[in-house]
Amino acid sequence: MEGAAMNAVVPMTVPLNAFLAVGTILFVIGLAGVLLKRNALSMFLSIELMMNAVNLLFLAYARMRGDASGQMVVFFVIAVAAAEAAVGLAIFVALFRAKRSIDVDEIASLKW
Amino acid sequence: MALPFPLSDLLVILPELILSELALGILLWAAVVKRERERALAWASLASLAIAAALLPVAASFAGELPRSAFGGMIALDGFSLFFKALTLLAAAVTILFSLRFVGTSPYPGGEYYALLLLTTVGMMFMASGTHLVSIYVALELMALSQYVLAGYFKQETKSVEAAAKYFVLGAFSSGVLLYGLSLVYGATGTLSLGGVSAALEAAPRSTLLMVGVVLVACGMLFKVASAPFHVWAPDVYEGAPTPVSAFFAVGPKLAAYAIFARIFFDGFGPRSDDWAPVLAASAALTMVVGNVGALMQTNVKRLLGYSSIGHAGYALLGLLAYRAGGAAGQPEAFGLWAILFYLTAYLLMTFGAFGLVVLLEAKGYATESVDDFNGLWKRNPLAAGAMVVFLLSLAGIPPTAGFVGKYLLFSAALKAGWPALVVLGVLMSAVSLFYYFRIVRAMYLVDGEGEVRWREEPAVAVAVGLCFAGTLAFGVLPQPLIALAKSCLLP
Repeated sequence: MEGAAMNAVVPMTVPLNAFLAVGTILFVIGLAGVLLKRNALSMFLSIELMMNAVNLLFLAYARMRGDASGQMVVFFVIAVAAAEAAVGLAIFVALFRAKRSIDVDEIASLKW
Repeated sequence: MALPFPLSDLLVILPELILSELALGILLWAAVVKRERERALAWASLASLAIAAALLPVAASFAGELPRSAFGGMIALDGFSLFFKALTLLAAAVTILFSLRFVGTSPYPGGEYYALLLLTTVGMMFMASGTHLVSIYVALELMALSQYVLAGYFKQETKSVEAAAKYFVLGAFSSGVLLYGLSLVYGATGTLSLGGVSAALEAAPRSTLLMVGVVLVACGMLFKVASAPFHVWAPDVYEGAPTPVSAFFAVGPKLAAYAIFARIFFDGFGPRSDDWAPVLAASAALTMVVGNVGALMQTNVKRLLGYSSIGHAGYALLGLLAYRAGGAAGQPEAFGLWAILFYLTAYLLMTFGAFGLVVLLEAKGYATESVDDFNGLWKRNPLAAGAMVVFLLSLAGIPPTAGFVGKYLLFSAALKAGWPALVVLGVLMSAVSLFYYFRIVRAMYLVDGEGEVRWREEPAVAVAVGLCFAGTLAFGVLPQPLIALAKSCLLP
């Protein structure tokens, strides 16, 4: 990564606010999905959407500030999200085997 | 090829490095070991923890003068992180002692269990020394991902899997909120290292963006320490997870979460304490009420202890609020902070003790341990009943126990810092807690009848409970050495 190019504030054709707006809207969609959906898989997808919205925000801010550390964060978030997907899907498979359902309303042997 | 960091930086994380290697080694060994010889894995895990603990002073002496920053400001080794690393290693060791029979007699192989326990410990150790928001986040996820699996380890038990699913969904959700907060902080300050954030906050004007970011990070952290209104997962997960794992969840992750909570909010967001202190105060008040009142209604012991641990999270938040009481951070007068260190040590001892006695009770089914199971324990095993009374007194904060001293220090720190209303609430809620703790005492001493539940003699658990018992009483009678240690382990 060329330090000089990274440190210069690069002019953008799409204004920064547009990125921030899209990122925030995506995050809110994800948030609403987790709170409203009753299917565990849909909830999980919504969480992934939240994380990707955050990635977009980090990239936009990194570009705005001409600072590489925001871009670095995105790689970490992607890697963590991949690990999270592996663990989460395994848990949902185990849940389905035990309950024959992944509807969170039916997960009731512990008070939700 | 030139490394981007001096090679001596590796020595700073020597205990974590070695512990990770040993955990992976145990994972490999688990693939070939015979089921009936699995106990060797548990002893190997204990030995790994001991090695890591022995390497802590070695790393500190190699690091030279503390605090020592490494990897371009990602990691720091200081008294604060050493204190928390030692505590998390202790927590993991006690959990392994609890698990020996519990996992050994279950239909599930133990190899991955112990390896995951060690990996989650590595995550907690890195949390204790993270000084950059990215290293803190990655360490947090290493801890959390291993924990989701541990919660669902008894995968044919519906309750265990449900606990894992809830923990996972809510945990991943809270990580998302935390990340969103971090992105706002990054946008406002342009840096993610705690020192940089702090410097930028000193200079930057107040902005809504920044305030929202700080509050969202606070929400994410409150989830991790199971504070109201982000506590709903805790009783369910503690009830559904295998009992040794519940004990571990009630202690280990909370310690580590308090470590990063303190570091992020003092080192990073310290200049903006006016923004986040009201949020923390509101949450502390709500947490003390919800935890203690919620516990009144519980019949399941693990659930009861879960609610009680929520209440304790509320008391500990008082210490975070009061960190500036009596002096600048890092001075011996930073009363709140060393009060928290003392309190968390006491909390570790008494919570593990109480959970250890639940492990010793042979429940009728998976996760059905109820208060009635303690009926007439006094006649069957007076020693265990006596130990349980001491743990419950300590949890309720009655002298001469470590829990009393810890609570006293926290409350006086909060008074000094000017939160008298919260202290009054805390004292009131401690009185409420006596009711539900006394229900267990009543079952043990006053209710006749042999609970149908068998009592299991088990040397490993007995040793662990005995240690907790000795510590709870010793630090209650002679708190000075621990206080002196905590004072020397403050944030720089």
